[in-house]
Amino acid sequence: MRIVVAMSGGVDSSAVAGLLHEAGHEVIGVTLQLYDHGAAIGRKGACCAGQDIHDAKRVADRLGIPHYTIDAEARFAKAVIADFADSYAAGETPVPCVRCNQTVKFADLTAMARELGAERLATGHYVRRIDTVNGAELHRAADPNRDQSWFLFATTQAQLDFCEFPLGGMPDKRAVRDLASRFGLATADKPDSQDICFVPSGTYADVVAKLRPDAMAGGDIVTADGSVVGHHDGIARFTVGQGKRLGNAAMRDGERQMVVATEPASRRIVIGPRTTGTDTLALREVNWLVPEPARPLRCSVKLRARDTLRPAWVDATPDGAIVRLDEATLPAPGQACVFYTDDRVLGGGIIRRPG
Amino acid sequence: MTMHYLDANATEPLRPEARAAMLVALDIVGNPSSVHAAGRAARRIMEDAREALAIRFGGQPADLVFTSGGTEADALAVHALGQGRRVLIGATEHDAIRSAAPNAEIVPVGANGLIDLAALATMLESGPPALVCLMLANNEVGTIQPVAEAAALCRLHGALLHVDAVQGAGRLSVGMAGAHSMALSSHKLGGPTGVGALLLAPEVTGIAPLIRGGGQERGRRGGTPPLAAIAGFAAAALACGDSSPLAALREAAERAAVGCGAQVVGADAPRLPNTACLALPGARADTQVIALDLDGIAVSAGAACSSGKVAASHVLQAMGLSALAGQAIRVSLPWNATQADVDAFASGYARMADRLRSPLVSRAA
Repeated sequence: MRIVVAMSGGVDSSAVAGLLHEAGHEVIGVTLQLYDHGAAIGRKGACCAGQDIHDAKRVADRLGIPHYTIDAEARFAKAVIADFADSYAAGETPVPCVRCNQTVKFADLTAMARELGAERLATGHYVRRIDTVNGAELHRAADPNRDQSWFLFATTQAQLDFCEFPLGGMPDKRAVRDLASRFGLATADKPDSQDICFVPSGTYADVVAKLRPDAMAGGDIVTADGSVVGHHDGIARFTVGQGKRLGNAAMRDGERQMVVATEPASRRIVIGPRTTGTDTLALREVNWLVPEPARPLRCSVKLRARDTLRPAWVDATPDGAIVRLDEATLPAPGQACVFYTDDRVLGGGIIRRPG
Repeated sequence: MTMHYLDANATEPLRPEARAAMLVALDIVGNPSSVHAAGRAARRIMEDAREALAIRFGGQPADLVFTSGGTEADALAVHALGQGRRVLIGATEHDAIRSAAPNAEIVPVGANGLIDLAALATMLESGPPALVCLMLANNEVGTIQPVAEAAALCRLHGALLHVDAVQGAGRLSVGMAGAHSMALSSHKLGGPTGVGALLLAPEVTGIAPLIRGGGQERGRRGGTPPLAAIAGFAAAALACGDSSPLAALREAAERAAVGCGAQVVGADAPRLPNTACLALPGARADTQVIALDLDGIAVSAGAACSSGKVAASHVLQAMGLSALAGQAIRVSLPWNATQADVDAFASGYARMADRLRSPLVSRAA
């Protein structure tokens, strides 16, 4: 069948292209140009594409498959980068990869794949799609260290039905590198990509500062009762649960302090002892990969990309969902709360700011 | 799958006459600058080519400088003729000119893509002496510019005119038409890549080179000339015949596309006989190009950068067609295009338009 493979230029999607090509499919490689690489690394005159698109093209050459570069810069700038900065300015800690998957990757790319007459879109994500009589289910990857299901909770059922993830069952990364190496792909030994692709230097604060300077204006660090105990250099530098960058306010009464809330309107950072927490959180933009439950759903939830599963009850509401955790913790608004039963993703949403 | 190559404005297929001339030249061992018999044999091939090309394009052999291609010819013209002058360029010029003159003033074009001569006159009336750069024919839309009128205007105001004739040479009857220099490219007329020329008007002398090297090309362009490529260039130029029969094929292709809802961009101005710029409202240009490629039809969209990313066309934007700038593809028929190519395009375009339209409609709803 004709399959479009989303190729990032990394080893994972290279291996996917190789696997599907070897299996006899008509593979079409597509790389999204998401941002001007030259501008992102701040070097004038550097190629707008960077090395990754070149690598993807060389992998396609090696496999003998067509490859195309799609300009998604304008869409990515608005749906992902501007949203990222806006979210920080609103006192949240965004997950740009979720936004990108939700918009550019799965919405736009599946639409384009259909326009090109493809029957499937394949990606190098580490998740498993399991087909049942009731349609495709999204499951965690076989390798728990590589599992990316948390980032894919917003995939709609229609998108899931159209997508495949050939690496979900791989035992580990080594096996994927071995595959790429067996196909003779130059990306076999390429290092893993960084956390946020459009911040290659790792200073996400610069991106926020450029787009939302208001999020980088200084303000007060206060305790729960409102007393000012220090100053900060921009709420976008803080996330709920963070203990760093608090200066002299880091210790109070012999107790280590951390950020318990950010207040964008007053530009205040609220700190408290590590024992602070909540057992109820509200979600927006909830996506269900099971029929929306009419009664509270018993499941496990994951509140950060690298977090443990926490037992909880999830209640669907007209504008999202309410999650009741068995044990209180400090979730960061803007992060995803993903619902699981065993390995299966049931759905998820974006954590709202309290109040 | 048979490939139907309809992207001649990117590069023309090699003409057999060019291939034959190159094969002969490849066996000539000498360097044209050498004193000995081998050098003389090489030199003879090069000078025969120079004479043929100069005569073919209405200039003198002594005024023809071989370069690595059209881009270098444009860069050399801007560098040499632009010394001490402000530079004015048409709004739809190729990047070879735009990048060579990054601070140039832009002369607007009308909605049909033709240069606004009245605006050019106004710009020339005031300010220091100018170098004007105007393309003979546009690479994306095919618009043929009124070069002779522009040359007369320039001469009236003491300005120099450089004509980028890369897309017109070989397809139109081309002469200097009063211009001071003209850029030519071999592979755009069916010769090999890697060679081009800057043809100067006899009055333009003593130009400053970009590459000095060993003083080749009378000190105007250093470096050992690529003999086989030069021989192929001249043979291709001589082989270029009447390209007007392509117009009938082009019109057939346009009719087919218009029947599927496409608009022909710039249709109300004189155009190259081989070029059609077809906008399909609502359909991304890159998707159109990919869909046609998967169907064995090679066309292009806008100006592809080295990544292959298709950028929105500055040409269509200059024509006031920003909305269509990301939705237009370019069909450019090569010298050897056939009815079978156009038939394949017509059916491929219809399949593509059908498929692109259905999801677009459902997405908009």
